[in-house]
Amino acid sequence: MREAYETVIGLEVHVQLNTQTKIFCGCPTTFGAPPNSQVCPVCLGLPGALPVLNRQAFELTLRTALALHCQISERIKFDRKNYFYPDLPKNYQISQYDLPVSHDGWVDAPLEDRTVRVRIHRAHLEEDAGKLLHEGVQDGSLVDFNRAGIPLLEIVSEPDLTSSEAAHAYLTTLKTILQYLDVSDCNMEEGSLRCDVNLSVRRAGAQALGTKVEIKNLNSFKAVRAALVFEQHRQQQLLDRGERIVQETRLWDAKRELTASMRSKEEASDYRYFPEPDLVPFEVARDALERIRTTLPELPHARAERFMQQYGLPPYDAHVLTADKAVAEFFEATVTGGAPAQPAAHWVMGEVLSFLNAQQLTLARTSLQAAHLARLIGLVERHELTRPVAKEVFVEMARSGQDPQTIIAAKGWRRVADPQALATVVDQVLAEQTQSVADYRRGKTTALMYLVGQCMKATRGQADPTVVAELLRQRLTNLMTKE
Amino acid sequence: MNEWLTLTAQALAEQLRRGELQPSDVLRALAARIADINPLVHAYIEADLESALTRAAVLERGPRRGKLYGVPIGVKDNICVAGRETACASRILAGFRAPYAATVIQRLEAEGAVMFGRLNMDEFAFGSSTETSAYGITKNPWDLDRIPGGSSGGSAAAVAADCAFACLGSDTGGSIRQPAALCGVVGLKPTYGRVSRYGLIAFASSLDQIGPLTKDVTDAALLLEVIAGHDPADSTSAPLEVPSYTQHLTASVEGLRIGIPQEYLGAGLDPEVKAALAAAGQQLEQLGMRCEPVTMPHTPSAIATYYLIATAEASSNLARYDGVQYGLRVTDGTGTTLRAMYEQTRAQGLGAEAKRRILLGTYALSRGYYEAYYLKALKVRTLIKQDFDRAFERYDCLLTPTSPTPAFRIGERIHDPLSMYLSDICTISANLAGVPALSLPCGLTRDGLPLGMQLLGRPFEEARLLQIAYAYEQATAWHTKHPEAVAHA
Repeated sequence: MREAYETVIGLEVHVQLNTQTKIFCGCPTTFGAPPNSQVCPVCLGLPGALPVLNRQAFELTLRTALALHCQISERIKFDRKNYFYPDLPKNYQISQYDLPVSHDGWVDAPLEDRTVRVRIHRAHLEEDAGKLLHEGVQDGSLVDFNRAGIPLLEIVSEPDLTSSEAAHAYLTTLKTILQYLDVSDCNMEEGSLRCDVNLSVRRAGAQALGTKVEIKNLNSFKAVRAALVFEQHRQQQLLDRGERIVQETRLWDAKRELTASMRSKEEASDYRYFPEPDLVPFEVARDALERIRTTLPELPHARAERFMQQYGLPPYDAHVLTADKAVAEFFEATVTGGAPAQPAAHWVMGEVLSFLNAQQLTLARTSLQAAHLARLIGLVERHELTRPVAKEVFVEMARSGQDPQTIIAAKGWRRVADPQALATVVDQVLAEQTQSVADYRRGKTTALMYLVGQCMKATRGQADPTVVAELLRQRLTNLMTKE
Repeated sequence: MNEWLTLTAQALAEQLRRGELQPSDVLRALAARIADINPLVHAYIEADLESALTRAAVLERGPRRGKLYGVPIGVKDNICVAGRETACASRILAGFRAPYAATVIQRLEAEGAVMFGRLNMDEFAFGSSTETSAYGITKNPWDLDRIPGGSSGGSAAAVAADCAFACLGSDTGGSIRQPAALCGVVGLKPTYGRVSRYGLIAFASSLDQIGPLTKDVTDAALLLEVIAGHDPADSTSAPLEVPSYTQHLTASVEGLRIGIPQEYLGAGLDPEVKAALAAAGQQLEQLGMRCEPVTMPHTPSAIATYYLIATAEASSNLARYDGVQYGLRVTDGTGTTLRAMYEQTRAQGLGAEAKRRILLGTYALSRGYYEAYYLKALKVRTLIKQDFDRAFERYDCLLTPTSPTPAFRIGERIHDPLSMYLSDICTISANLAGVPALSLPCGLTRDGLPLGMQLLGRPFEEARLLQIAYAYEQATAWHTKHPEAVAHA
């Protein structure tokens, strides 16, 4: 029985910090440069070259660690993780072993009905490796070292997650926090956010954890979710059949939608960690730490709380609006621009987000301006523009970056509320829609709404529906009394 | 032999600055001397006169300026000179040309020095005799059947044989001081962090230091003055001011207290070395210093500690020589797996001692052994440092032999690693503690082999060491002796 099992999930997230230069040298970190064009003796690991820690990478780490409520280690040191692989220029990775920069923090991830607190085991700093290229190579492989030495922050959660939904919520929240902090692009396609998961299942109520399986090669949040569902099912089936789970690393195959064994624990490497002698251990100055703490921005959770209080938004709206820093800022700018909060929230959650989704765009890449949206909402609120027309204006605004007045003037889209101006349209619709008129006269009042819709259509949405409805009602009543 | 080939670097620089000699003339004369002597001594792996002359020509067109204007400096084969091959005397790095210069090279060149020649060494500095070089054995100019010491054996032999005015070496466990002693020259290992390691191909990163091998103490002071100082490219270099060592050489040494650690005078010490050290102590007393015995109880653990820490770091530092990017790559044709390439490249590219140390270090860092070996060694290293701290509360300087024996015969210890490792017994502690140490000539054996004494000082007090050494040198004539075997080749 499925219900007889509990799932335990932990995540390891690698975040590429958005520094100007690499973690131990001055090479740029720009994505997509020609292979091996952003390299130097240090990141190539040439004999005699030495690493020097990038201050910015360290500060971004502290910023993140504080936002994740972590303890900051007093003494910072680096260690070497030794293993042979051709994308690793020194055949060791400079990482942190027993003294991570930070440890023991937490993140609150909102689920639909509750919030789950995920403890952070540790967050440490390390260098990235290069990239092997196999495509288009006849005999052997090529290595691109542009990525070697890019600063990575590895954030390891405690096994506090019990479902793929919770894992997804945690990842989303973490990504949002990182974006708010402006420490990473969090772009999974470009590899600036990578995620490995650990999953085990156990009989419900059991104290001991089940055998842990690690899953790698997860290239999207969707893949994380799918892989967790698959793996949970796979392990439960094994246990159902009385089989044992092997401690191993498995790879997610996105095409076939399954995990496959990569290596077992017996084949796991002994990394022979030891303190990196080329970097001197140092203490974190407490006043510097406090200075960073005071510069932390308002984080998503706090901002959502504030939106609820300040703007009277329901929790759901507040979370949707704060899930993306740029969207939250756009919403507030719209309010500052003069729009009342609730319509502003509806417009941003509705029109703005659907437009971004449909166009696969981020706010920064559109011509949308909050001041324009505020003006548009003002026109609707003052009944100078009907909602259907306003939506058309919005699309044009998003496309062209023009303000709503300019668009309305150019298209001649102002609201028409003058009964005399609307009389012709109303009469014409009544003459054409004989069936609906008959329905209404038989007492089917909903036919009136249909007729209003026809008038709106005939005026391309410019007619004020309230005025139109009133005109229709008058004329229909007249028709009936005449008889 | 041209007379001015016996000049010290400082004396030569003065003549060059005055225009009495031209840098290119000096280079040509030196190249001729090397051509005569190197077939006997094999101190140089390579000495490319053309590139040095190109540099000399540039100098000759400019102002005659710089502390080392026009002075050729020999460089151990593990310090990167831009565009020139640097191979650590190993097959695995054959053909590797660094696209950059070590910080020390840049600093020497900024003072007008001309880099000339790659000096032989033990492969990756693993050795005390220069016998592990993949490019042949260097011989001791005082007795061509004997080793020059190591690992900077080529540098020491070249200076001793007047085939170099001064050389750079590196010292991880005595690699500057022991060959300096066995070849009768001055060798200085600076405080860890005094000199940038950027561009020094690492053996053991927490122990390595670059330092000079010179004909006298003044030259050691001069070279140190030029190469020392903080380097933003080396996080382990100390952000401290560098004193003018040459200007402070003549400071008074009267009343200084010298400790003589008794643990350095135990079993295995050659009687002639012991006698020479006693005489050196008396000489220091005559110069107004007070010598007293001191105990440094953790000294006997130094060798074991060193061979765990140094090999652990080396096993990781040498992992990059895998045939992927540079140096030797061995494959057996088509279909070779990555693993086979790694294995064959390293099997053929690395010598026996390098493999031994990589295995030792890998073992010491392995799961299940780390605590018992590497971690314990780190703890003992702290105890050894504390020995020095305590001794330096009472003494300004420590005096010991540099090597327990004079130069041994070629082949005598190469097949017995343990006896070879014991050659470093007097020098290793300074690296573990990070303190500065200097070796200078203090006698000759009955067979005419040079002997060296070692002065150890407080961290960053190289000036004090140089003052004591200078006073001793002024009062004695050991540094003026020349090996007859290579006097007239």
